[in-house]
Amino acid sequence: MGNDYRSRTSHSKSGPGDAGKTGSWRILRPVIDPGVCIPAKRGAPACYMCWLYCPDGVISRSIPPTIDYEYCKGCGICAEECPTKAITMVEESSFIKEDK
Amino acid sequence: MQMIESGNVAAALGVKLSRAQVIAAYPITPQTPLTEKLSEFIEAGDMSAEYIPVESEHSALAVCIASSSAGARSFTATSANGLLYMHEQIHWASGARLPIVMCVVNRGVGAPWTVWNDHQDSMSQRDTGWIQIYANDHQQIIDAVIKAYALAEEVMIPVMVCYDGYLLSHTYMPFDIPDVSLADSFLPPYKPAYCLDPGEPANLNTVTLPDVRDDINGNRAHGYFEIRHLLQQDMIASMDALERIDSRFKTVFGRGGNPFIESYRTDDAEFIAVGIGSLSYHLRDVVDNLRDEGISVGGMSIQLYRPFPYSAVAEALKGCRGIIVFEKALSYGYQGPVCSDIKSALYQHGRQNSHRPFVLNYILGLGGREIVTKDLYDALKLSCTTGPDAPDELRWIGLKI
Amino acid sequence: MRRDIIEIRWHGRGGQGAITAAKIVAKATFETGFPGVVMVPTFGTERRGAPVFTSLKLSRDRIYDLSPIEHPDIIVVLDHMLLEESDIIKGLKPGGLIVVNTPRPPQAYNFNGMVVAAADVTHLANKAGLPQGVVNSGIIGAFAKASKLTDMDTLIKAIEEEFIGRKPKENARAAIETYEYTVIGGL
Repeated sequence: MGNDYRSRTSHSKSGPGDAGKTGSWRILRPVIDPGVCIPAKRGAPACYMCWLYCPDGVISRSIPPTIDYEYCKGCGICAEECPTKAITMVEESSFIKEDK
Repeated sequence: MQMIESGNVAAALGVKLSRAQVIAAYPITPQTPLTEKLSEFIEAGDMSAEYIPVESEHSALAVCIASSSAGARSFTATSANGLLYMHEQIHWASGARLPIVMCVVNRGVGAPWTVWNDHQDSMSQRDTGWIQIYANDHQQIIDAVIKAYALAEEVMIPVMVCYDGYLLSHTYMPFDIPDVSLADSFLPPYKPAYCLDPGEPANLNTVTLPDVRDDINGNRAHGYFEIRHLLQQDMIASMDALERIDSRFKTVFGRGGNPFIESYRTDDAEFIAVGIGSLSYHLRDVVDNLRDEGISVGGMSIQLYRPFPYSAVAEALKGCRGIIVFEKALSYGYQGPVCSDIKSALYQHGRQNSHRPFVLNYILGLGGREIVTKDLYDALKLSCTTGPDAPDELRWIGLKI
Repeated sequence: MRRDIIEIRWHGRGGQGAITAAKIVAKATFETGFPGVVMVPTFGTERRGAPVFTSLKLSRDRIYDLSPIEHPDIIVVLDHMLLEESDIIKGLKPGGLIVVNTPRPPQAYNFNGMVVAAADVTHLANKAGLPQGVVNSGIIGAFAKASKLTDMDTLIKAIEEEFIGRKPKENARAAIETYEYTVIGGL
């Protein structure tokens, strides 16, 4: 059945875009403090709890980790799980003021 | 090779010959000896499979859903309340289009508690999107399990192989064990068209919206409605697949040829007695008795219940004057489910040739109430002689009230 | 309703092995000329020690009726005390055969013209090297002698296959000894 079989069930690949650019849904923005974040501070691939827990897969496994704000919905799970409290949830409105 | 064993052992041997790779089951009477036998095969090294003990039937099917999604040939078995405890996962397995095979060792459903045979358990799972095959004897049990895998893996729909608790599961009778190498050639290893692959991660059975939507590549993905429509289309088409598989089985093993219904002395029959499972064979003795008395009666077994072989049923019953349906299940508040389905199949046919046989419905054997041959004889004889004028009401055999 | 079927009802106690005994006889009779054979145990809410029974039906033709035997040709009783507890011989056909494990001689029983085959299987099986109370292999010897439905060689083979790893030789000897000492009589 191959692809034919896949058409008979509901499948999805991980990746952005299934519900459009969900970054606009965000009220709070997660911001990583590189002075506290383990991989950023050590310059080594380590920890990545934020990457692991992010339900939308928008955090990269890089040094430092980066967040794709085009798709991040601002759920705050990364901030909750970060063992060193390196992630702060910041009001989106403050960035809008900044942008101006 | 011929052997005399119980129906549960026949089923276990069928699973072994099918080379199931993952077995997860929770013991429940009268299914227990089947899964015990499988665990013995694995423990003794006679069968290369993973036996996963679980804490409930719901988990048993959940394990099979996972293992089948990973591409393993998977098996489970249960009875009665165990089957009902799986219910949510039963829908899931068919919606996910997983080729799981499950033996249902038919038993009445509580309350009140019973461990004895009737068909209420599997009949109540009629609308879950599983294929349902019923076996009439041990030979049909072992053969049906092997055929069920071939069918499930071709049409990607799970299959229940149902057989009577105690009456078949614990009864000993002779049957032939298919040769291993022939079984291997009939049923090659399962090669899934798609299965979980760590190299290519995917989400399976994700939420669907009321309407279709595009996937991440911009391709139109089916919604719930389309996926369910395809399940129905494929269920209907699975009858052709079963016919082909059964005919291939017959070529290899010399048995089969009646994948939908089995008829007994029906060629010129004015009346036809219909049953499912061991009861349909029991009726053959009664048919013989009545034939000896000059009553033109035959018997019919329903082998495939879902999808319902409406064409084959209507064709087989088209010339007769009366149909008498004996059932060990009941849609409370109406009638026996098989009776309803037969009437429905006849409706279309009757419109075409303005012929409508009478249909009488007997309920019997619920919760293992003994089915006495003389009672069957009396009921069938009375139906053949007074059937056309009999009121349209449910009749109960062996009721002591 | 069919006249071609030989019907044998086995009575024992839960845990005594009546079903195993009937299964062994089913296998042996199948090999010696009864292609139609079914053995249908009747399951109630029995526990160890409670009365149980199973139906063995033999025919040259296919058997379709799996309902419990109502009118047996032969009744096998693994414990003579059962005869006093309930109406074990209910439905036995006139001139039918009762095979019973009992320390008493057949003359001690009066079943209105029925034939009684008696053997002290409990004693004989113990003498053959089986633990006290194991009688299901031994009673087969009495059944074979009284019924003549199958030969001892086939039965011995079936017994040894059934009891692989569980004293096959002793079980076979119990049947042979019992065959030897079974007395057939009755009033």
